[in-house]
Parts: sequence; structure tokens; C-alpha cells
Amino acid sequence: MPLQINGRQHVVVLEPRVSLLDALREHLDLTGSKKGCDQGTCGSCTVWIDGRRVLACLTLAVAASGHEIVTIEGLADGDQLHPMQRAFIEYDAFQCGYCTSGQIMSAIKVIEEGNAGTDEDIGEFMSGNICRCAAYPNIRAAIRHVRDEAGGRS
Amino acid sequence: MRPLTYSRAADVQDAIALATANPASAFLAGGTTEVDLIRAGISRSEHLVDINELPLRGVEDLPDGGLHIGALARMSDVARTPRVVERYPAISRALLLGASEQLRNMASMGGNLRQRTRCAYLRDGVSPCNKREPGSGCAALDGFNRGHAILGTSEHCIATHPSDVAVALVAFDAVIRTVGPEGERAIPFDDFFLLPGDTPQLEHPIAPGELIVGIDVPGAPIARGSVYLKFRDRQSYEFALVSVAAAIEVDDNVVAGVRIAMGGIGTKPWRARRAETALVGSPPNETSFRHAAAVELAEAVVREHNAFKVELAQRAMVRGLVHSLNGRQS
Ligand SMILES: Cc1cc2nc3c(=O)[nH]c(=O)nc-3n(C[C@H](O)[C@H](O)[C@H](O)COP(=O)(O)OP(=O)(O)OC[C@H]3O[C@@H](n4cnc5c(N)ncnc54)[C@H](O)[C@@H]3O)c2cc1C
Ligand code: SF4
Ligand code: FES
Ligand code: FES
Repeated sequence: MPLQINGRQHVVVLEPRVSLLDALREHLDLTGSKKGCDQGTCGSCTVWIDGRRVLACLTLAVAASGHEIVTIEGLADGDQLHPMQRAFIEYDAFQCGYCTSGQIMSAIKVIEEGNAGTDEDIGEFMSGNICRCAAYPNIRAAIRHVRDEAGGRS
Repeated sequence: MRPLTYSRAADVQDAIALATANPASAFLAGGTTEVDLIRAGISRSEHLVDINELPLRGVEDLPDGGLHIGALARMSDVARTPRVVERYPAISRALLLGASEQLRNMASMGGNLRQRTRCAYLRDGVSPCNKREPGSGCAALDGFNRGHAILGTSEHCIATHPSDVAVALVAFDAVIRTVGPEGERAIPFDDFFLLPGDTPQLEHPIAPGELIVGIDVPGAPIARGSVYLKFRDRQSYEFALVSVAAAIEVDDNVVAGVRIAMGGIGTKPWRARRAETALVGSPPNETSFRHAAAVELAEAVVREHNAFKVELAQRAMVRGLVHSLNGRQS
């Protein structure tokens, strides 16, 4: 089946039961998306499908065929990190880093969706991304920074 | 591991034909319930019919001022549809207070109504559970039943229906529209959810291959002032211990109309008809609200760990009514 990932077409042969997360990690060597719970509760597998943030662990790869998939590996522009990636580094928004790719994939969308107006909104609309290290204050600071920068530019 | 095959339906008739051809098939919408339960070994599906290409995503006006919500409309989209927010704020709130944004982007309205209970004994695959293995017993009766139901239960199952939006929909007399091998049907919302009785494995009066195409929500001016409140252990991203959808209309200082439904306490999305009947014609104050709540909860059957829900549910109902009366959402 063809899978369109980060602008490139991949062809893989997979059983229908294989999740998009396993397809990425075990068949396509795209290990940036992490497997925390495999049941939709932690958000560490967050990717974008057709521009929306979704969970790769509850998506079947076969069902994602024909749709545009973006993973954390697709964010940087050559050597240039995405502004959210830079903000996470600048604000120390991680400790162990396990949840980070999912946090970043969600954080970019939370701004695009218009759900990052207040800290309360950020907390609510980032609630599907659990951080066991409780880096939440710094994650919020990184999101505020990118939000305000984006606002300043446009 | 069971074998699993997959096909994509091109249109409604194709979906029904594909699903009818294999008795062990299930429709695949967002997959947030189905994929999870297949992986856990709880779902018996051997064939998935992907219905995501069917044109059932819209929200449209009904002639009576109500709305038709397509079965494949996503929770996140419905929650932000202006006509839903204006006419049925409780539906929008219930959707936004459920799951997480990633899940809401995936999850469909039709799938939401058919999600399975979160009872841990059903999901562990080994405990006695009459829903999973009819006749095996119910581990929740004397187990950890803090999350379980207190209304509509039987000695065979006390599992709660977990949906938030179904609570708002049952308050507004929604109707579920299906198309199946036998043709089209309109199922009143309350009839779509079966009480466990002595057949808890039967959850919906729906035939194999019968597809939900949408939900009709009748026009109801009272719903414009509706609220949805959810009480849970964590601030967000958690199923309800208790929730309430409420809308109240006052005329000449008496309650002229009222809609109340509760989540987290019933084996199905619980329309509080007794409370509604008790309230109509009463003065709109906390004393009447408390009385109505007590009437509704009078027949609650509690277990070791969920007795607290009786009081919590009554307070939730009172607070929902007060908020609707005062025009406050939260
Ligand atoms: C971690 C987590 C937290 C959650 N929290 C909440 C919460 O707080 N509140 C809440 O309300 N829900 C919550 N949910 C449940 C979620 O809302 C449901 O899983 C979702 O709505 C199901 O929709 P879906 O499109 O993904 O269904 P699917 O998984 O695709 O399908 C579910 C079932 O419905 C059947 N089906 C789907 N569409 C149709 C149709 N059109 N006609 C007939 N049958 C159909 C499928 O065959 C399957 O049996 C949570 C889920 C998870 C995983
Ligand atoms: S409450 Fe229902 S779902 Fe839970 S163990 Fe008992 S029979 Fe199974
Ligand atoms: S791995 Fe997907 S949500 Fe946890
Ligand atoms: S940084 Fe460790 S889980 Fe978030």
C-alpha cells in the first residue's frame, strides 16, 4: 500500500491490523513518533493526517493510505528547525524527551486551531499530551512564545 | 490472533453490502474504539468496512429549526459548528469536554454512540463479564465499582455508558437514522440504548450491516439555554463520574419546560424524566430542584464504591439547572 509521509511516497506491504504508529516505527524507520500507551491516552504518537492532529496508535496504516501524513521528521526545513522545535529547546520544555515529539506536533496545531489564547486554553487543548516528567510550565512557555511571535509577524 | 481483513466502502449501499457479506464485520469510522478493542482482543471483528469516504460529514438544517448531524461528522467539527453552538450549546460543550483534541479530530458522531463501556473488567479480557462472555458473571458487582452505574442496572451488569454527547442528545429527543439491509429506520434516541437486564451483551437494537447515517436533533428553543457540566477526578481528559445536560424555561415564575439528562450514573445515557415531571409547574428555585433530583435518584442501587454518586448526581443536577436558569455555561 502507498503511504504519503512528509511529502514522500512510500510503498509498504502490511497486514490490515498494523497501526500507522507501528508502520512508521518498525517498517519505515521513522522512530520520532513514540509509543507510550498504544491506547489513545498519552499523545506521544501524535501526527498530522490531512492537516489535523491525530493519534497514530489508533489509526490503521491501511486506513491512512491515500492521506497526507506528517510526522516530527517532516517539520524541519533542511537544517532549519521548525520555530516550535526551537522554542522547546530555548524554553527547556522537556526532560526525558519521550513525550516531546507528540507535544510539538500538538503544540503547533493548538496555535493554528486558535486554541492557545490563554494558559487555561493551552492546558485544556494540550490535555491529550501527557508528560510524565511534568514539564508542563515550560511547554506552555514555549507555546506562548511561538504564539506571540506568530502574532507579531502576521 | 484473529485474522483481520479490510475494505473501503464507496457509498452507503456498498458499505451495507460489504458488512452484510461477512457476519463478523464492523464498520470503521475514526477507529478510536474499534482499533483499541481489536488490539485488546475484545472486539470479535474479522473484517473492517472503512466508511470514511461516505458523504456523511455535514451538519444541515431541518425544517423545524433542528439539525441533522452526519454520522461521520467529527466530534471536533460538530463542537465548533456555529449552528450547534447557538441552538444546542450543551451538545457543543459535551463534545469539547470529552476525550482530547486528537481523539475528537478522529472520532465520529456515529462511532461515539456505539463506543463500549470503559468497565475495566470487560477490557481486561479475563475477569467474569457478562457483556464479553454471556453467563460468566459480573466481576464489577463486588469489585472496584467506583465508576459504575447506579440507575438502570441489573444483577448481570452495572456498566456505565461512557459517552458525553449522548447525554446532551437524549435530553433533546434526538433520533438516530439508519440504513440497513431491510431499508431505512428512524430510532428514537432513548430506544437506541438497551438496558442490560439479563442480556447485557445486547447494547443496541441494530441489525448486522445496519449503518447509522446521521442524527436528527429536533428544533427546541429551550435548548438555546442548555448547559453541560462534567464532574470527574481530573480537570480534563477523563470520563465523567457524573455529568448533566440541563435546560430550563420559566414562564410567570413557574417552570414551563425543562430537559435533564445525566451521564456517569446510568447504564445508558440517562434522561431524567421523573425529575422533569416533578419540576414542571414548580417555582424555579433550589428547593424544587433538590426535590426533583431526589425523586430521580430515589431508585438508585448502589455498590460498595459508588454510593457517593447518589449525592454527587443530585448536586450536579441542581447546579445544571441553576446554571441554565442564570445563563451560565460553567
Ligand atoms: C483515551 C480515550 C478517551 C476518551 N474519552 C471520552 C470522553 O471523555 N467522552 C466521550 O464521550 N468519549 C470518549 N472517548 C470515546 C470516543 O469518543 C469514542 O471512541 C469515539 O467517539 C468513537 O468514534 P469512532 O468514529 O472513533 O468509532 P469507531 O472506533 O470507528 O467505531 C466504534 C464502533 O461503532 C461502530 N460504528 C462506527 N460508525 C458507525 C456507523 N456510522 N454506523 C454503525 N456503526 C458504526 C463501529 O463498527 C464500532 O463498533 C474516549 C476514547 C479514548 C480512546
Ligand atoms: S459491569 Fe458489565 S461490563 Fe463490567 S464486568 Fe460486569 S458485566 Fe462486564
Ligand atoms: S501511544 Fe498513542 S496515545 Fe499513547
Ligand atoms: S519530558 Fe519526559 S515525559 Fe515529557
